[in-house]
Amino acid sequence: MPTILEMRSITKEFPGVIALSDVSMSVKAGEIHAICGENGAGKSTLMKVLSGVYPFGTYSGDVVFHDQVMRFSNIRQSEAAGIAIIHQELALIPELSITENIFLGNEQGRFGVIDWVEAQKEAQDLLARVGLTDDPDTKIKSIGVGKQQLVEIAKALAKSVKLLILDEPTAALNEAESQHLLELIVGLKGKGVTSIMISHKLNEIEQIADTITILRDGKTIETLDVRGGDVDEDRIIRGMVGRSLESRFPDRTPKIGDVFFEVKNWTVQHPLDSSRLVCKDENFTVRKGEIVGFAGLMGAGRTELAMSLFGHSYGTFVSGKVYKDGKEIRVNNVGQAIEHGIGYVSEDRKALGLNLLDTIKRATVSAGLKKISRAGVVSEIEEYEVSERYLKTLRTKATSVDEGVNNLSGGNQQKVVLSKWMFTDPDLLILDEPTRGIDVGAKYEIYGIINQLAAQGKGIVLISSELPELLGMSDRIYTIFEGSITNELTAQEANPESLMVSMTSKRTRA
Amino acid sequence: MKNLRNVFGGKGGGVNQYGMIIALVAIVIIFEFWTGGLTLTPQNVINVFTQYSYILILAIGMVMVIVAGHIDLSVGSVAAFVGISVAQSMAVWHLPWPLAIVLGLVIGALVGAWQGFWVAYVRVPAFIVTLAGQLIFRGGNQLIGNSTSLPVPGAYQFIGNGYLPDFGPNTGYSNPTLIIGLIVIVVLIIREIRARRKRVRMGAVLQPVWVSVVRVGVLIVVTLFATYEFASSSAGTSIPDVAIILGVLVLIYGFVTRSTVFGRHIYAVGGNSNAAVLSGVNSKRVNFLVMMNMSVLAAVAGMVYLGYSGASGPQDGTGWELDAIAAVFVGGAAIAGGVGTIVGSIIGGLVLAFLANGLALVGIDTNQVVIIRGLVLLVAVAFDVYSKSQGKPSITGFLTRNFRKKSGDDEGAPSGSDSVSEQPKSIEDQPQVLLP
Repeated sequence: MPTILEMRSITKEFPGVIALSDVSMSVKAGEIHAICGENGAGKSTLMKVLSGVYPFGTYSGDVVFHDQVMRFSNIRQSEAAGIAIIHQELALIPELSITENIFLGNEQGRFGVIDWVEAQKEAQDLLARVGLTDDPDTKIKSIGVGKQQLVEIAKALAKSVKLLILDEPTAALNEAESQHLLELIVGLKGKGVTSIMISHKLNEIEQIADTITILRDGKTIETLDVRGGDVDEDRIIRGMVGRSLESRFPDRTPKIGDVFFEVKNWTVQHPLDSSRLVCKDENFTVRKGEIVGFAGLMGAGRTELAMSLFGHSYGTFVSGKVYKDGKEIRVNNVGQAIEHGIGYVSEDRKALGLNLLDTIKRATVSAGLKKISRAGVVSEIEEYEVSERYLKTLRTKATSVDEGVNNLSGGNQQKVVLSKWMFTDPDLLILDEPTRGIDVGAKYEIYGIINQLAAQGKGIVLISSELPELLGMSDRIYTIFEGSITNELTAQEANPESLMVSMTSKRTRA
Repeated sequence: MKNLRNVFGGKGGGVNQYGMIIALVAIVIIFEFWTGGLTLTPQNVINVFTQYSYILILAIGMVMVIVAGHIDLSVGSVAAFVGISVAQSMAVWHLPWPLAIVLGLVIGALVGAWQGFWVAYVRVPAFIVTLAGQLIFRGGNQLIGNSTSLPVPGAYQFIGNGYLPDFGPNTGYSNPTLIIGLIVIVVLIIREIRARRKRVRMGAVLQPVWVSVVRVGVLIVVTLFATYEFASSSAGTSIPDVAIILGVLVLIYGFVTRSTVFGRHIYAVGGNSNAAVLSGVNSKRVNFLVMMNMSVLAAVAGMVYLGYSGASGPQDGTGWELDAIAAVFVGGAAIAGGVGTIVGSIIGGLVLAFLANGLALVGIDTNQVVIIRGLVLLVAVAFDVYSKSQGKPSITGFLTRNFRKKSGDDEGAPSGSDSVSEQPKSIEDQPQVLLP
């Protein structure tokens, strides 16, 4: 089989971070090529290079498609060449019909006037090709996510796509919808469409992929030929995680007390789709002074669990109980959660963690204004003293507490968020990806802060996509898969393979 | 240069009013020359304040609404609605004027509660709620007043066009005005000293003494000048009552927005509503109170205007909302919310007021005045947008951009690239409705 795509020595840098370093891969015409890797391994970045989201010139290396070096400066050009990418979040417009969406940006007609009869007819053909029987006049919002995914594919087919890139296509689909989609991809292969698929679901990859390229830390690790040899999930996992744990974590002697925080039968619905449960009957405990890790892949429901516990900030609460020090507590809103001594450092610092217009001192006291105010009047002196104290103890790099948080680097912003929650003096601090987007040096400092908090007897819940971080920091680790807690491992029992097994399926392996 | 900026570098909301003060002074000086000295005659300055005070009162409420991320288009209609109700209560029910004022405030609060309910708890955008309010309360005004004009008793009119009564020896100047001027100067000095002491206690970097001296000196000169203006006008006039009302409101609301928990919450909700909610802020309550407060201030403005004009008419308050909104944006507030100050909005309002007044004095046709004011608003906000696209917070950020330093942002983009999870755009846009 001839090679349709070759990516040669692709290197892509962002300020301070090398996202892709000398990545090469080649895709044969008419195959299904899977790309595997941990969160942050560089899969999506690589696909963005390929599809022109990162234009030619912002990366080094060559994208060779049909034996020609491509110089895409935007998505339109890559689409014109026959490369279509279907993103994790669908790019369909809910209020428009299937037909209108399929031909959006690719309207059928002359002189700017759309030929709706022709469009309708073609839409019908395309829908038939992807196995949809819905009326092309149906609005997107009235069909389910699974069908929307198929419409996305029809849209790509309308542009006579040669190479289809699917980024986590089944992440939001149920079992039956996923199967249908996978069969469709196999069917398209029979009709000459090559596919690149990014997926965390290894069973699906095993089922349909011909070749697998594994990325880790922005580098190509290996390419596996599924059809030729014995490749199984364990083999893939080893490739994905196979890295040594360096001493990137400060020393700590855990002093673990009694169980003080307990969650029972926690069940939460997706906020918009009541048929989907994002937390399914989850139970866990936290001891005083303990760091409890939560492992799970993107979309497994870790953030959803944390935010729903933190004052029902996510989803529709269905059932479940929270006990603290043996007594049931109510956490129906964030105010109550804070009063009961729960803090939550969110995954998305800029969208959920900080008001970027604030100065450091304002941000530091923003969750604990009650503590520095009398009769509703904020004491600016205490505000200054408190923020200055945290600035010094956490060694935040800033000229003064009057500096805007917007001017700080990611690591220092995270320290401000941490001080904000430390000032509320929580007993349980939930840290959601606390080191995302932070350079190595600042990470080490943040690990030190986490250890200190644990040493003070606080319970820490650490949610992270980075397995080394979980393994290096946690005393105990829970794994989450599709909204359920699938396993509980002590620090001694846990290793990357055992975690990855429980993160990618319901099976457990001791 | 950095210290020069510090002279008027306010801290509230991260904006400083430096640029706007310069703009105001420039406009006043330009017109002073252009009109051959008419702009700064005592009578004209008094006129500007009495004529535009209601806009400034509205701007106080409007800046809080805009900082919280909303807008209020109904203020003119609400003012007119309250105005006719107050006029009716005195003319028909013969309510004494103090009671009529209380009635006006109560009506304002009820109207505000109505609008706040829709905005905060039903989450209808404020634009729509107050557009509806504009129609509803304009209609209410005309229904109550039968679309005709209703005069108010002379005793009431002091609130709009009265002056502080004179007393004591005949100095040739208004004595109460002189006393108030003196008090303001003393307060300015004490405040500066206390602020410096506070910074010493906090161990913060102290500005050089000359910065304090210049700042206080300039403010004292301005106060002396204003005192002279208000005190030396024609016999029987002095500092207008509305200026007192305005001054008190600015002090109160300046304090509320700067130093109270509630004030902080307004900026938090406007700056990043999700982060505010996740910090335990009851954003619904904040939104409700901000909208309600706006209508109370609209009631105050309506009652002041009622005193000024001597009668409540069916077209009172038309277009006020746009004047107030313009004042707030010229005063450095950000369209997206989270940024803006009371003092900035007052200065913005004064810029527009002196502009309109000056153009009228030089005899420019009123239609052209409207066009010019529109252009000023557009340019001011264009600066805001432009400077934001340059990563600076506001118009003042643009004017002072050379004096700021920016530390590097080493945030790496790629780590977030895999991270688009299925979170709702806004925490509050979830179907679950939390009515307290």
